[in-house]
Amino acid sequence: MEDAKKIMHIVRKAPHGTIYAYEGLEMVLIMASYDQDISMAFIGDGIYNLVKDQDTTDIQIKGFMKTLGVLEDYDVEKLYVDAESMEERGIREGDFFVPVEVLTSTEIGKLMTEQDVIVPQ
Amino acid sequence: MLHTINKSPFQSDSFTSCLRFIQPGDPILLIEDGVYAAAPGKYAQTLKEVQAKNPVFALAGDLAARGITNLVDGVQTVDYEGFVELVEQHQVNSWL
Repeated sequence: MEDAKKIMHIVRKAPHGTIYAYEGLEMVLIMASYDQDISMAFIGDGIYNLVKDQDTTDIQIKGFMKTLGVLEDYDVEKLYVDAESMEERGIREGDFFVPVEVLTSTEIGKLMTEQDVIVPQ
Repeated sequence: MLHTINKSPFQSDSFTSCLRFIQPGDPILLIEDGVYAAAPGKYAQTLKEVQAKNPVFALAGDLAARGITNLVDGVQTVDYEGFVELVEQHQVNSWL
């Protein structure tokens, strides 16, 4: 893992209204398969991706709760969530279906500066 | 770290989000519709205050294309060459 790069994916879009989050997750999985040091930061509407009980049957979209749920198996374990975005949207940590680390914007901002690459979604 | 913003602050939260996560000293570069933040209006005061800790640049071609001639105090214009220089000097964080 000496050559592993620190790569942070920044998710700022809600899950189903656009293709961003879907395509972004594909990219995360591809990069993870190359043994990179991957993290994801969920900011703004991006935090809606993590909310449990999403049922996409009626909108005829596959949904990606299952995929997000197995990120751990790909060694993608650093999921950071912005506390202020949660507060603004009335979402608590118990509303998420995966374990996350809730951080302040300052803390996430610092993590951004420690990355080799930032991938916006 | 160079933060680029390419959306109007009236359309997207890219501008306000960027300002929450940015670290002191990091430059901001407004491009495409992002340059509307540099025009007088609701976000002018915020942009003025930001400059206490972060230098703000706006891409000249994008300002010209939108007829923005009256800039918020302190905002520096850069041409494409200046854009490239900033990218050379910093890692980029694009707020899309």
